[in-house]
Parts: sequence; structure tokens; C-alpha cells
Amino acid sequence: MLYSKKVMEHFQNTKNYGKLEDADGIGKVGNPRCGDVMWIYIKVRDNKIIDAKYETFGCVAAIATSSMAIDMIKGKNIDEALRFTNKAVAEALDGLPPEKLHCSLLAEKGIKAAIEDYKSKKNIT
Amino acid sequence: MDLKYYFDYNSTTPTDPRVVKEIIPYFSTKFFNPSSFYRKAGEISIDIENARERVAKLLNAEVNEIFFTSGGTESDNLAILGITSKLKEKGNHIITSKIEHSAVLNTCKYLSKNGFEVTYLPVDKYGLVNPDDLKKEIKDTTILITIMHANNEIGTIQPVKELSEIAHQRGILFHTDAVQSAGKMKVDVKELDIDMLTISSHKIYGPKGMGVLFKKKRVKIIPMIFGGAHEKGLRAGTENVPGIIGIGKAAELAILEMHENEKRLKPIRDKIEKGIIEIIPDVIINGNTDKRLYNTLNISIKYIEGESMLAFLDNQGFALSSGSACSSKSLEPSHVLLALGLKHEEAHGSLRISLGKYNKKEDADKFIEVLPPIVEKLRSMSPFWKKK
Repeated sequence: MLYSKKVMEHFQNTKNYGKLEDADGIGKVGNPRCGDVMWIYIKVRDNKIIDAKYETFGCVAAIATSSMAIDMIKGKNIDEALRFTNKAVAEALDGLPPEKLHCSLLAEKGIKAAIEDYKSKKNIT
Repeated sequence: MDLKYYFDYNSTTPTDPRVVKEIIPYFSTKFFNPSSFYRKAGEISIDIENARERVAKLLNAEVNEIFFTSGGTESDNLAILGITSKLKEKGNHIITSKIEHSAVLNTCKYLSKNGFEVTYLPVDKYGLVNPDDLKKEIKDTTILITIMHANNEIGTIQPVKELSEIAHQRGILFHTDAVQSAGKMKVDVKELDIDMLTISSHKIYGPKGMGVLFKKKRVKIIPMIFGGAHEKGLRAGTENVPGIIGIGKAAELAILEMHENEKRLKPIRDKIEKGIIEIIPDVIINGNTDKRLYNTLNISIKYIEGESMLAFLDNQGFALSSGSACSSKSLEPSHVLLALGLKHEEAHGSLRISLGKYNKKEDADKFIEVLPPIVEKLRSMSPFWKKK
């Protein structure tokens, strides 16, 4: 399996991982059966994601997309983050092997789930 | 970092330099078609028969029971398709196991879509087929039992002699895929009482694209590749002469060296196993530690995924395999590990170490040094680890 340099960079030097203790929203997506589970934590102030982290059980692509996705939503406001797509993360990583595209979809779902969680906790509809 | 530590010998082996040396003339000065009339070509036929004899010796078979093919996959296909098309009037039932190589499983799957019934025997949590299960599944329509000798992923060695005995008591033919056992340990077709057996050249330090089907003389099968009268009409096509010379030499070397390899490699494998168990918590050894290939170790490292480990190990110069879905093109993890009863996530987190004759004692020390920090890092990223 050959990954792009960007993917390997993000995989090897990933930061942003670990539990975010006082998260305002947590998105838990994926299924251990399929080998990919991603938890996205976000901290929100004034509608803006001021901090985010991830915990991921998964392959190189799952970890790299988690890492890139966190980079891409940090500092963004909620509405911007909701427009985040799996295509954008795959492009930012200079592409993913076709059989790994579902990993980027997981990142998109994870972010959306974390924002949903935040909104439901704050009673925002 | 360059690849320094090759731990993937069950996947393939480098061709032994002595094998390469013996093959080379067959690309140039001895390039002739063995079927041609002139004496130079006839000499090639003699060389082919010498190679056949060397392979026969490896298996304690008769020379006329050795047929050259393009590899283990073709041999498995030829055995299974050849018998089932020959005996289809007699019956349509095949028995195999859940942990076979895909060369056997997918051939059976094809047959099950074409009028045959296939029973896949379960294995216990160590990967062993229970002979009583085989007895229970035999029917009047059973025409073939095919169960592998040693498993490529976990190294578990099946009680093939006992299984073939059960088959023969009911007058059923027995095939075994011995791709992983031949060349590593003694495989004696007479002692094991096998009707057909598959071996592969590139697993025993021979060239790729070369395999053998052993077939007892009295066993009649229908060929799958039609053409000239090569291999007594069983497998048409101009002989892959360099390949044949190569597997012959590889077989000869295997006979001479397999005991030495076992003596040297088993302690290295055991050291890696012991080291991992001692240093890394929450691991599972997959396979049967009593009945196991001496070069193979399969281990699940809980809460993390295999491909990620392989990638970090690759950076450190280690080449090995995993049963995770991500290291293959499908999304399902190893069917072998699932058949042992492992959870999907445990199968995704497996590593297979398979050693070979160029590994050194120091490789074990280096591996035990390199793996724990990788595991620790990936666990610190995993949502499952801290929730324990």
C-alpha cells in the first residue's frame, strides 16, 4: 500500500490526539468490526471551535485523516466546520488510495457528530 | 529507513543464491524447448527429470507423481477442480476447513455456485480441525476432502495423517495444501498417506511462478489447462525450465537445511514471543503453541490496529504482515483469525512474524526493543485503551 507523503507525515507526526477533558461535544463514529473507530472532541466558545482533539483506532489513513480534520476545523466557527467534507480532507492529504476513502468519510461524520452533540447539549437547533 | 529486518517469509522468500546460480544457464545457453528433437534440447528434458527427482525426494514421493505447475494456487485449483470434474457423477460434496488459503476457499466457492456442496469445517480456538467433526460431515456424496497441512497465518499444523485416514476409511480422496510446511518440516506423503499435495517454490527459497502438485498414480484427474502433452497431459504448456530447475535445487537445499533452520529459528521466534508477552500488556497469541510451525508467530495486540503498527515498523526497517482488513484490499479482517473466535477488533490488531533462514538472533532483540514504544503511542491515540 502506498500512501502520499502528506498522509505519512500526518500519520507519523500527528498531534491533536488524546482525550479533551472538558469537551463541549464528542462525536463517536465508526465500528470496531470494520477496523476504524474515531472519536472527535470539540471545545466551543462563541460559536467557534477553540480546541479539538481525536482518539482513533484504525489504520494509517484513519489516523492521518483524523489528524488533518482536526487541523482543518480548529479555529473555525460551527457553520464553517459543518461544511467540512471528506473530499476536502482527502485533497488536503494529496489523495488517499481508493479503498481508503471511507476513512475520510469517517472524519466528516465524526466532526458532524461532535457538532450535533454540542448543539444538543446546548439545546441549539 | 531501508528494509533491514525481513519477518515475512510465509509471504515469500528470497531466491537462494545457489538456486539462482543453477537457474541462470537456462535463460541463455540452455534455453531450448525440451520438446524439440535435437540432442541439446533432449538434455534439458533430463535436467527437468532430475529436478523432478529432487522434489520427489523432498516429499518421499515417486518421480512420476510430481507435476510442475505455475504455483501453489494453480496446484490447489488443479487438485480440486481436477478431482471434482472427474468424479462429478459419483458425488458432489467437498469437505474443507474454514482456515484454508484463498486458493482453496475460492475454488470451493466457485464449485458451490456450480452444483457442488461444500462443508467448511470449524477449527478450535487454536486453529485445529477436530477429526470427529470430519467424521460427522462425511456423506455418501463426498468425493474430496481438502485440508491444509500448516496454516500460513498462525502456523497451526493439522493432524493430516489422522484426517487422511478418516477419508480413506470411507474411500474418499484427500488433498492437502502443504505450501507452508514443505521445506520447513518433514512432509512425507507415504507416511501421511496423502493422495494429492500442493507445494510452492517461492516459499522454499525458489523462484516465483513455480509450483508442484503431487498426485498419486492411481488418482485420476481431469486437466484444467489444455494444449500439448506436457506433464503427461496433466498440465499443458512449454515447461518453465528455469522455474523447474529452481524448485529442484530449492528442494534439494531444503532437505539438507530444514533441521538446521528449525534449530536456529525456533529460539529466535520464541524469544520474540516471550519478549512481547513480558513487555506488552493485553496481547493474545494466536495459533497452537504445541503444534505450530517453528518460524511463525501470530499475535493480537489489543486496542490498536495492525496496519498502523506495520507502518511504524516499516519506518524502522521491519517488514511483516497483519490480519487487519486495512493491510489487504477488503474490509474484512483475516478469515483465519475470525475462525479462531477472535473479535473483529482483535483480528484487526494482529501481527504475523514469519522468520526464515536469513534472520539472525539480533533481529529478535531489535524487534522487542522497537515494538513496545510503537504500541504505546498507538494505544495513547486509541479510544479503547484508556476506557479499560
